[in-house]
Amino acid sequence: MSSCCNTETIEVPIEPRVPGRIRTVALVGPPNSGKSTLFNRLTGLRQKVANYPGVTVEQRVGRLNGIDRADLTLIDLPGIYGLDTYSEDARVAVDVLHGEMPGTPAPDAILLVLDSLHLRRQLMLAAPVLSLGLPTLVLLNMSDLMEARGGHIDTLALAQELGVPVAKISATRGAGLDSITHFLNRKAEPDAPLSVTKIELPVVGNPRSYRQWATGISTRTKYKAPVSNQATKRIDGVLLHRAWGPLVFLAVVFAVFQVVFAIGQPLSDGFGNLLNAAGDAVAPLLGHGWLESLAIDGVWRGVASVLVFLPQILLLFLFIGVLEDSGYLARAALIADRVMRSIGLNGKAFIPLLSAYACAVPAIMATRTIENKRDRFATILVAPFMTCSARLPIYMLMIAAFIPNKPLLGDFFGLRAAVMLSLYVLGFLAALATARLLKSSILKASSAPFILELPQYRLPTVRSLGLRLVDRGKVFLRQAGTVILAVTLVLWILSHVPFHASLGESVIGRIGHFIEPIIRPLGFNWKIGIGLLTSVMAREVIVGTLGTLYGADPTTHSLGLQAALRHDLTLGGAMALVVFFAFAMQCTSTIAIVRRETNSWRWPALQFTYMSILAYVAALATNQAILAFMR
Amino acid sequence: MVAIALSSIFGAETDDDFDLSGAWKLSLLSELPIGTTGVVESLELPGEIQHHLMHMGFVPEARITVVRRAPAGDPTVYSIDGFEVALRRDTAKAIRVREYEGSNTR
Repeated sequence: MSSCCNTETIEVPIEPRVPGRIRTVALVGPPNSGKSTLFNRLTGLRQKVANYPGVTVEQRVGRLNGIDRADLTLIDLPGIYGLDTYSEDARVAVDVLHGEMPGTPAPDAILLVLDSLHLRRQLMLAAPVLSLGLPTLVLLNMSDLMEARGGHIDTLALAQELGVPVAKISATRGAGLDSITHFLNRKAEPDAPLSVTKIELPVVGNPRSYRQWATGISTRTKYKAPVSNQATKRIDGVLLHRAWGPLVFLAVVFAVFQVVFAIGQPLSDGFGNLLNAAGDAVAPLLGHGWLESLAIDGVWRGVASVLVFLPQILLLFLFIGVLEDSGYLARAALIADRVMRSIGLNGKAFIPLLSAYACAVPAIMATRTIENKRDRFATILVAPFMTCSARLPIYMLMIAAFIPNKPLLGDFFGLRAAVMLSLYVLGFLAALATARLLKSSILKASSAPFILELPQYRLPTVRSLGLRLVDRGKVFLRQAGTVILAVTLVLWILSHVPFHASLGESVIGRIGHFIEPIIRPLGFNWKIGIGLLTSVMAREVIVGTLGTLYGADPTTHSLGLQAALRHDLTLGGAMALVVFFAFAMQCTSTIAIVRRETNSWRWPALQFTYMSILAYVAALATNQAILAFMR
Repeated sequence: MVAIALSSIFGAETDDDFDLSGAWKLSLLSELPIGTTGVVESLELPGEIQHHLMHMGFVPEARITVVRRAPAGDPTVYSIDGFEVALRRDTAKAIRVREYEGSNTR
């Protein structure tokens, strides 16, 4: 379905609840308490985890393979503070718990995951969850950290107070998980003594009574909160400092672009040489006929021209991973709140917008944490302007081909990185301007409050970052092996039909020449035009398309793709092309997810039209401006 | 000292159930200086937001410490029950707190 965030899910038969029998278990807990980390441990799946509240925005289902109970289903839920449905992600969690989510079985038992570092507040959620009346196991997560920092809790006393079993665990380290096996085995025996201990839940179901209840329990169970993490305070002293904070933010951004170029480019070049060598090694085995032409000039050239960008995409994701796992993302939202407010959006919208630098699809999903519906729609509509990683290949290709490698600020920051950064800034400004336009017209609403919990800083683990890169690499390779492979195959065939016709006379040439008049003012030739058409599927497809078309053209056949482009395009046309990609909504996955999240075709249609017109006009202006300047 | 603080408050905020006993003074969360601690007295926000905040721990009698302001001066980071949450001034203005004289550690 989506090119960016495929997650394995399983189909679960929906059967009516049978009292005393457990088939489906739900993970419940406040945001950022470690539910998804535990889910991954227990199922062996790889649900996305990071260090900020609101990473999980929909239910995820898996089998309990991790503790050898594949007969049981585990549901991971978005974090909640109570059973109120103040935002879309909270509504998902509450609907699943009440068994009202179509397609998801109602849970028979609950694993309540609480962050033991902040137990006094986290216990507030226990009151409404226990009153659901389902068999529940309370898991005190991060208990290793709590004890290491001098915290303490009497778990036996807590179990007595709550009337349900309580266990200390560490989801990250996988410690204490046998308590879950015991809980599930014991509950599965029909004649096991049911815990009928009388417990006192707050009579009045309001937060105030929950808090009094939670405070009472904390005191009686001798809960001693761990000493607060001074490291987080000290780091924030710099990262949220009036002057240093924004400076560090900018320095991080500059560093990302410079590293993607300075380290990524040589890696990509090396990888490209390797891919070409592989093609050359295989070529003689295919003889000298049409088969060699199809396999090497058509498919391999096309697919390889996209594949070479793998190192740079992985580098970008490494940075995004560090930002998300360390806890900095929430701080970035805090710094950006002032800017976001000036355009009528909430600082919280900055988190989905930042994750849209990876891919717009999960970013649009992440808008579910925005409480105000109009704010949420405005964020969905502007998210595709943020420069996603699928734009990286065409940006890198055109910049490497047309922009000289001149240092600007010494070795730290070069001209190529500067052009790249301006394209990112261009997308961001388009997003801001569009949001402002939407918020002052069709999506006008009173400003929603900004309520954001700041997680403690954590050092990202090598394992977690490694897994992200592996998953990301797989998605990229799958895309290259399916969509891009298929497109290049079709293109090669269309560029050789009718037989013995020249490239310009082939079917693809005719289509290209037919649309050429429309795009000529932008400085594009017909090959770019074909690339624009194929890239509607996904942005990176254009690079594969150009690789195949220039490979099939006898005049550029022997040149590399960069040299072929220099031979065929002006600087104006090249820059107009990247500007076009900065604005255009060339992505079917994004269109599909916008349709799903807004529940109407109206919004994606509006968005596609708006972005395409903007892209055309901006590309036209870029080309004409550069033409006038060069004259 | 207390008298001065109280008179400055009286100018801005007059309230019927103002507690004059002890060294407490009533103020708005948004007005607390950095480093001070207040005890929540009441919240006056639209229903859903109020409920949401209360579930996060912003309930009467909860202790809130002002940790720091964002680089732009707003929002402000508050510490409650050992975790940190950022609120805009608009929201913090709707939360009444009792400020304890001498809690200012700066």
